[in-house]
Amino acid sequence: MKETLRDLRFTLNGKQVELKVKPKTLLLKLLREELKLKGTRTGCEVSACGACTVNLDGKAVRACSILAVQVDGHEVVTIEGVADGDKLHPIQEAMVKHGAIECGFCTSGMVMSSRALLLENPRATREDIKKAIQGNLCADSGYVKYVEAIEMAAKVMQGK
Amino acid sequence: MEGNRPNYSVLGKSVPRVDTPLKVTGQAKYAADYEMGGMLWGKIKRAPYAHARILNIDTSKAERLPGVKGVITGKDFGGFKWGWQAHTRDESPLAVKKLRYMYEGVAAVAATDEDIAEEACDLIDVDYEELPAVFDPFEAMKEGAPLVHEDRPRNILVEYHWNFGDVDKAFDESHLVREDLFQTPRMAKGYIEPPAVVAWWEHDTLHYIGAKGSPYMLWRIMGRAFDLPLNKVRIITPFVGCDFGGTKNDGHALDFAAILLAKKTGRPVKIVYTQWEELTTCLRRHAMWVRVKMGLSKDGMIKGLYTNVVADGGAYARMSPVTMYLTNGQCTVPYKIDNFRTDTWNVYTNNPIAAAMRGHGMYHTRYAIDCQLDLMAKELGIDPVEIRHKNSIDNPKPGEIFYTVNKLRVATCGIKECIEQSAKLFGWKEYQKRERTDGPIVRGAGIAASAFLSGARLTGHNSCSAIVRINEDGSVNLQTGATDVGMGSDTAMCAIAAETLGVEMKDVEIKRVDTAYSYPDPGSYGSRVTIYAGEATMKAAEDAKRQLLDAAAKEMNVFPEELEIKNKRVFTKTDETRGLPWLDVVRAACYASIGNVIVGRGVSRKGTKGFSAKAFSTGEGDVGTNYGFAAQINEVEVDTETGVVKCTEKSAMADDCGFPLNPAIVETQGIGGSYHQGIAAALYEEFVMENGSTLNPNFVDYKRPRAYEAPFPKFAHVITNDPFGPFGVKEASEATSCTGAPAVVSAIYDATGVMIKDMPATPEKVWRALREKKKAEKSK
Repeated sequence: MKETLRDLRFTLNGKQVELKVKPKTLLLKLLREELKLKGTRTGCEVSACGACTVNLDGKAVRACSILAVQVDGHEVVTIEGVADGDKLHPIQEAMVKHGAIECGFCTSGMVMSSRALLLENPRATREDIKKAIQGNLCADSGYVKYVEAIEMAAKVMQGK
Repeated sequence: MEGNRPNYSVLGKSVPRVDTPLKVTGQAKYAADYEMGGMLWGKIKRAPYAHARILNIDTSKAERLPGVKGVITGKDFGGFKWGWQAHTRDESPLAVKKLRYMYEGVAAVAATDEDIAEEACDLIDVDYEELPAVFDPFEAMKEGAPLVHEDRPRNILVEYHWNFGDVDKAFDESHLVREDLFQTPRMAKGYIEPPAVVAWWEHDTLHYIGAKGSPYMLWRIMGRAFDLPLNKVRIITPFVGCDFGGTKNDGHALDFAAILLAKKTGRPVKIVYTQWEELTTCLRRHAMWVRVKMGLSKDGMIKGLYTNVVADGGAYARMSPVTMYLTNGQCTVPYKIDNFRTDTWNVYTNNPIAAAMRGHGMYHTRYAIDCQLDLMAKELGIDPVEIRHKNSIDNPKPGEIFYTVNKLRVATCGIKECIEQSAKLFGWKEYQKRERTDGPIVRGAGIAASAFLSGARLTGHNSCSAIVRINEDGSVNLQTGATDVGMGSDTAMCAIAAETLGVEMKDVEIKRVDTAYSYPDPGSYGSRVTIYAGEATMKAAEDAKRQLLDAAAKEMNVFPEELEIKNKRVFTKTDETRGLPWLDVVRAACYASIGNVIVGRGVSRKGTKGFSAKAFSTGEGDVGTNYGFAAQINEVEVDTETGVVKCTEKSAMADDCGFPLNPAIVETQGIGGSYHQGIAAALYEEFVMENGSTLNPNFVDYKRPRAYEAPFPKFAHVITNDPFGPFGVKEASEATSCTGAPAVVSAIYDATGVMIKDMPATPEKVWRALREKKKAEKSK
């Protein structure tokens, strides 16, 4: 079956992107296979593990469950767009310093979920943090140090 | 325990992990992130029966589909079979004559994209003759049951019967004897990264990048499978998104299929399993039926222990012979048990294959024994902490060894201190004085203690080697054959090299394992990496240091023995002001003769005396090098109206890993290990099976614990400095993988008086048990 390609324009990690996509292409496939941004991980493909979390207009969404055409005209930030050049984002900095990360496969998603949370609510409480990363499965950290790292990052971002 | 810490510069400090800057920015490359020019996508054709003969496979339609470049079936592997040992080689890369579990692979396709490969799989016609199947290990052991492997009567994969001391006499002399049956659930390994591989052939050499924690297992298996000398097998490990034993340890259909398809098509082939494939066909934790009989004296001392354990091994043997050894053989730690007997069976069924998982074997019996101990403590009116403490093995005096009744060698044992520390951190005594509420929400706390071996010695080749290369600019390359699958071993190795050489962490670089350049290493299992690779790294760094000091001695006109390196400076021990900067010494050494390279070599020697697999039949001997210990206390909240159990944040954990090379890593490992594999088993995780079919093969229906369910343990490091581990180390996180489940189940018992004997304690199970208890109380 011949699929008509659709025009797609959106902002990706601060840069305007213009390309043509098949209507059925998922955002995750577009990012990983077409745009070669492999930092967004493929875990479960059913929105259950959060490994593919990206920020869409500042909200945490699962790239496996969104069609590429749905981001037309919107702003997408992936893990590759979080750090400021070589300077890690406070969330990233805290996760590294606090020893939250083990195998690292869930880490991109953890960063993106917590980034969205702190954009919306810089004074997030521990309960808010747990809620924000409830969609991100991690198999080996027990979540504790991720939650604590995000708490630390929130403080840094508030200038505390 | 600060006083016990030697004066190290790097070791014992929570330095950030070497790989996390790559992981936190998304730059770390996992297997699925690799691409090659001209790469094809592969897909496995799977059979919709749990037990069936393959009569015919017709691939012609699939081959004609545009975009399809290659199709293979099981026959194309030329009868190759593999397994852990010669006598357990019962598995083919793809099923050939018959398939033994649901969705076993029968063929594979390589095509220009994933969709075409999947479509081509649908076009492969297979004629099957369905066979009667067996899914329950007790049914499988009966005469006349369908045979999973025709040469295995009564489907028995392995059985052991051991006897130490006089258990019958011990029971006769006991004040209280009790027998209970406990059951552990069928569990996923639970890693988020599905298995993935890219394989290609270049210059007659097999190239393979895959998510594997034990690349040298693949190295040997693939050498045999494709009839290649080992110097033509190149297994490269990318970053690996957890392993925990099993599919990502050795091989699965995708590994063999990608390699053969690449050979057939002459192009690189990539196969990435979906999470559905992982959860239906990949290796899972054994389900076990653990019958425990224990005798206690009036004051709660364990007189004798009998275990009778039946495990569902699934369709193929894999590591099951080891599993049953560990399940029972480690019953004699952490409590002192003088009389011990076991009868145990691992049974083939038409269920998906079972395999090793963190806390290998030990977790099953630990759950059963620790929970039974609580039931008996209650009958005797003894506090759960006290009964554990008084039965625990004492820490041997320095230089002395404690041998368990089955000859496990324990040089250091911090279990008593672990129990004390966790009770103190939790506030156990004060907690006992709390007022018990009668409302619908009740709370309770449970303690569990465990041990686990470190430095598993299972096969002929147990040791590990390391190379430390000093470059002319002062930077250091470190290479071992050990793979970090997330536990932090790369960081530990860099820290050991940095400490020994007197340089900083940032000066040392470790590369992912590549069998073309690294030294052989058995793999990342049995908590053996830090013990062996750590020792090898220390020795390699010492070797390189010796060469540097030789060069420095010449420059300074002294003997090398007079010199030491610290903080990137070589100096004389007698006069620290007399010295040379690191870089000057390195240059002097590298330029001493043209083309000189400073390469240090190190081999671990501690594990070279292999444990004979024959000892499995007697149960006597020691698979481990040393033993780690842990205790954990958890509080739970039980909603008696709905049966919902939740861990509260209130929790404490103490771990004796000998010496924490990096305390932050040990804590994350311990918390993660306990939480995920322990508490998940206690409360959440279980595959629901129906006639060999996995009914919940996704992370929506297969409940995994999430951040809002996480306990936040207070953590204590118990330092025992074991003489058999480099820098005193022992395992970290396998003992704690065995404490979570009994701690939580015992906490439910404390809260409600109901002991859940088949995990997980789902709301329905808890609710029904509470109702039964009420009924029983009414009828009294």
